[in-house]
Amino acid sequence: MKINKFYVVMLLLALVAPFVLYPVFLAKLLCFALFACAFNLMLGYVGLLSFGHAAFLGTGGYITGWLMMNSGLTPEIAILLGTAAAGVLGAIYGKLSVKREGIYFAMVTLALSQLVFFIYLQAPFTGGEDGMQGVPRGNLFGLIDLSDNLNMYYFVLAIFLFGFWLIHRTIHSPFGQVLKAIRENEPRAVSLGYNVNDYKWVAFTISAALAGLAGSTKTLVFQLASLTDVHWHMSGEVVLMTLVGGVGTIFGPVVGAGVIVTMQNYLSGGELGNYIHIIMGFIFVVCVLAFRSGIVGEFQKVWKRNFG
Amino acid sequence: MATFLGINLFGLFGQLLVGLINGSFYALLSLGLAIIFGLLKIINFAQGAMYMLGAFAAWLALNYLGINYWAALVVVPLVVGLVGVLMERFLIRPIANEDHLYSLLLTFGFALMLQGLFTHMYGSSGLSYSIPEALSGGTKLPFMYLPDYRAWIICASVVVCGLTWWMIEKTKLGAYLRAGTENPQLMQAFGINVPLIVTLTFGFGVALAGLAGVMAAPIYSVTPDMGSNLLIVVFAIVVIGGMGSIGGAILTGLGMGVIEGLTKYFYPEASNTVIFLVMVIVLLLKPAGLFGKEA
Repeated sequence: MKINKFYVVMLLLALVAPFVLYPVFLAKLLCFALFACAFNLMLGYVGLLSFGHAAFLGTGGYITGWLMMNSGLTPEIAILLGTAAAGVLGAIYGKLSVKREGIYFAMVTLALSQLVFFIYLQAPFTGGEDGMQGVPRGNLFGLIDLSDNLNMYYFVLAIFLFGFWLIHRTIHSPFGQVLKAIRENEPRAVSLGYNVNDYKWVAFTISAALAGLAGSTKTLVFQLASLTDVHWHMSGEVVLMTLVGGVGTIFGPVVGAGVIVTMQNYLSGGELGNYIHIIMGFIFVVCVLAFRSGIVGEFQKVWKRNFG
Repeated sequence: MATFLGINLFGLFGQLLVGLINGSFYALLSLGLAIIFGLLKIINFAQGAMYMLGAFAAWLALNYLGINYWAALVVVPLVVGLVGVLMERFLIRPIANEDHLYSLLLTFGFALMLQGLFTHMYGSSGLSYSIPEALSGGTKLPFMYLPDYRAWIICASVVVCGLTWWMIEKTKLGAYLRAGTENPQLMQAFGINVPLIVTLTFGFGVALAGLAGVMAAPIYSVTPDMGSNLLIVVFAIVVIGGMGSIGGAILTGLGMGVIEGLTKYFYPEASNTVIFLVMVIVLLLKPAGLFGKEA
């Protein structure tokens, strides 16, 4: 019951938030929160560190952007197809990368995402270094005008809630239990007869598709798809968001995304903008050395100690 | 123009040479990674940043301290190695007992910091470092012109890799290292200072990257992101070769450089991606890598 109340409060806050804060900023925040949640499904619940999730974010973004500019499809269909494209790429990449474990997994995913980066850099439809600019937001279901920022925000909120719910369902399903068993003790899961690689593969595909959903939505919000989204920096950023918020907690990535995106927005306006990568690297090092449970993880520990 | 079966030999040999040069750097970096991995079981994501640090250190030494290229070849790897020693001692060792993914993330954060620092101080446009006078000439071969500096890089890299291989496989120090890879607890029980060996190994692996940085400074432009772009390719090479053997890391590095060079000649559009594609094929056919030991 306590948890349910918490979710209700958060939902109410999210509904009134655009009347207090700039809706586009909030929409950006939700996109990155969804991206981080999708990433956390792999790191937090399967124990595999993907260093290439930018490939899926970027693929969703480029496909949706291209469809909105060239096909005349409505935004929800364009997003759906962008998500599907990222899911297909995730299925292929997942099949390849689950063959290796631990740090090899991180290196394989990073290398594969760099392959995607170079393809998008050279492919004619992405606009290369300039990216895709002026992507129209279109009318949702052909009815609701998304060029209105408030409409856009509520649409993004609905997408985020759907993604969050799907991850929540996945984690708490029997499938999710097997994933956690693999994370805790892989040889044991194998000995119990589970085809571990298949489970990892399905989880990777879901994670990639949801990252693509985040990318597709982000393209509509900013009306822009660019190489930044497929660059390895982006893969690193999502790791940092999850780490700051709390790896393996359902709400941690949302908090982490909030902290990092807010920080970036704040820094990029001011004098400290030049230091942004130094600061992010520093946070990385500090988190790993002294703050491995993240904000939500630490909070849960304190809560348990005092009220549990 | 010399041609053979319709192939422009000047172009082909030229690209082969470029491939061998790139391969020399791949070999030096993946060798460093493999050595560190052997003992610490971690991948140093900062290896690329250390390479970048080596190139910048050479440039700074020349422009502020008047230390020339030849002295830099000795001094810079020592300095970069020292940075590595401090990094291992004060950042990596405290979390040695945690999941190895954390030390990977730590080195990644460290690399971001270093790269950000140099971007902030020197911009991202790049500095130039001139080729030392003794090597500024070249030799005319039947099918190509071979600049002395490029020949020097290939020779130096092969010699350094060879010496490192010999040291690890044939000397007593190397035997300690290999024993530490197999069973560090047992070696510690025999009275060998394992933490010291771990620290020095990390320093040595990183120093190799620093040396590669000095050698790269005169032919590539010295930029803050020179290391990160190279490192991702090196990761693919490590996956291709597997990290089971030191010799394997060296051979795969050189071989992939040559393949990349050939691709540049026959199908330049794919030259950026060919190594990643080879990685995909290797993952499909031999998931443990060409020289990998794990199942």
